[in-house]
Amino acid sequence: MTLAAHTRAPAPAPAPRKRKGSQGRARRREAITLVMPSLIPILVLSVAPLVMGLALAFTDARLVRHPDYGFTGIDNFTRLAENGFFWDSLRIGLIWTVGVTVLQLAAAMGLALLLNSGLRLQGLTRVLALIPWAMPPVVVAIMWQMIYSANGGPLNAFLGSIGLPGDIDWLGDFTTALPAVIVVGVWVGMPQTTVTLLAGLQQIPQDLHEAASVDGAGAWRRFTAVTWPSLRPIIASITSLNFIWNFNSFSLVYVLTEGGPGGKTMVPVLFIYLEAFKNRNIGYAAAMGLVLVIIIVALLAIYLRSQFRDDNAGRGR
Amino acid sequence: MTVRALLRPAQYLALAAYILFLGFPLLWLISASVKSSGELNSLSVNLLPEQWHWDNYADALDRQGLIHSAGNSLVVALVSTALVIVIALPASYVLARLKGKVRAAGVGWILTSQVFPVVLVILPLFLILRTLGLADSLAGLTLVHTTYTLPFALWMLQGYVTAIPVDLEEAGAMDGAGRWTVLRRIVFPLLMPGIVATAMFSFVSSWNEFFFALVLLQSPENYTLPITLNMFIGGEGKVALGPLAAGAVLAAIPSIVFFTLLRRRLTSGLMAGAVKG
Repeated sequence: MTLAAHTRAPAPAPAPRKRKGSQGRARRREAITLVMPSLIPILVLSVAPLVMGLALAFTDARLVRHPDYGFTGIDNFTRLAENGFFWDSLRIGLIWTVGVTVLQLAAAMGLALLLNSGLRLQGLTRVLALIPWAMPPVVVAIMWQMIYSANGGPLNAFLGSIGLPGDIDWLGDFTTALPAVIVVGVWVGMPQTTVTLLAGLQQIPQDLHEAASVDGAGAWRRFTAVTWPSLRPIIASITSLNFIWNFNSFSLVYVLTEGGPGGKTMVPVLFIYLEAFKNRNIGYAAAMGLVLVIIIVALLAIYLRSQFRDDNAGRGR
Repeated sequence: MTVRALLRPAQYLALAAYILFLGFPLLWLISASVKSSGELNSLSVNLLPEQWHWDNYADALDRQGLIHSAGNSLVVALVSTALVIVIALPASYVLARLKGKVRAAGVGWILTSQVFPVVLVILPLFLILRTLGLADSLAGLTLVHTTYTLPFALWMLQGYVTAIPVDLEEAGAMDGAGRWTVLRRIVFPLLMPGIVATAMFSFVSSWNEFFFALVLLQSPENYTLPITLNMFIGGEGKVALGPLAAGAVLAAIPSIVFFTLLRRRLTSGLMAGAVKG
């Protein structure tokens, strides 16, 4: 089975068939019966909450036993515009998301290229590369808290042994907390990106590389002229997905720092969670969620558009 | 020529750095799980423990709630996996075999469902479950895990269905087999590897899941393993670092085992759309 083929954009189902009227109707009824069991939970527990969430954003709903709330128009949004803490958290969220996504791509590309160049120890590396992906986020956070520990942590011990300051409170210090959390984000997300890029690399025909070599292209030139352009669509899709996932990721930061120290790692999802479940302002929190969705969609649109434009320009040459 | 001679060693050096980065944290966690509290609190930092202190594992298992919540996690993961497979299997078949709008809408939803932050969905979801009397219950959490694993399970399974040639089904129909017989006798057996892979993936997603469990479960007797571990960090974990590490290692084992078994399918790139916790 050529599974890798399915990672591409969904192609229309194969084998169009002739359909007669009554048979077609029977077919449709059958299809509906088969789809229904999946559709119902999705409608009730996924689509409905989403619609309700969008509606909540325009109310002053509070999380109490007997909710009594009314429609408040765009009040939440005007209040939000003046909420400096929210915009701070948005800025932190963007640093976190862009930082993790870009570093993930760079690190994963490096590893994928290494895994594709016929070295030994491949099996070990591939198994190791899966571990961060498989582990429960809570366990990942516990583990990295130990690595970063201010006293008795291996990172500080190592830095101390090579003569650098060995007493940094990585997750507790204002300047180091966010970078430290970003490194954990890269560690967690790198494997999946690596696996995807590796699958892409293995699909590039060997001839292309050979032709480039014959033309006297060096390793870097081959990478920029053959590898990168061939991987282009895969990079665009995995980067978009990583971007979304990282923006929406909650568990890791929640367990690692709970947004601390002093809000330095307060990513927006965490901020919204606290507004909803600690301050109990669910209407206001929903408005924040809506702003978040709009920002994600806008940024994605800009990114994907630039990708498309580059693609077309490349083809025009 | 000299550049080429240096290339291999440089590549191995880079590979070693990756192996260290990816593997060391887990190694350290395992090492902490077999160190005595005296050694964990001392200033000397060694990867290998001075003496192997297996008591941490017994301690972790003894601790109130850890085994109980592991049981909760197991039940939620097994039931939601079974539900996902049973309801996704027929739907994925339709998704793969029918063309046109149904398929476009299905695939469209699968992709958009990834964009919305769960934090926006969780508020109304919490209210809906409370209305249904399912808030703070394992049944409610199971349904939520099922629903949120579905899009990806559908995506995965329909990929496997498209790999089965339609001719095979038509041959079966030609021989006079009814539609259900064709599905049962021809399609489902061929889908077995896909079903196993999807099931393992669903299990791991549910077993690892933290956010929904954190919001939906309030009574300690309903906590799943990630929630209990998280409680542990704040309170006793500061003092009992060894047992915390041991509990964390135990919690990670099922996921790592399943992912290692899934390895070949993961490498195929099918997981490009995997759901994250």
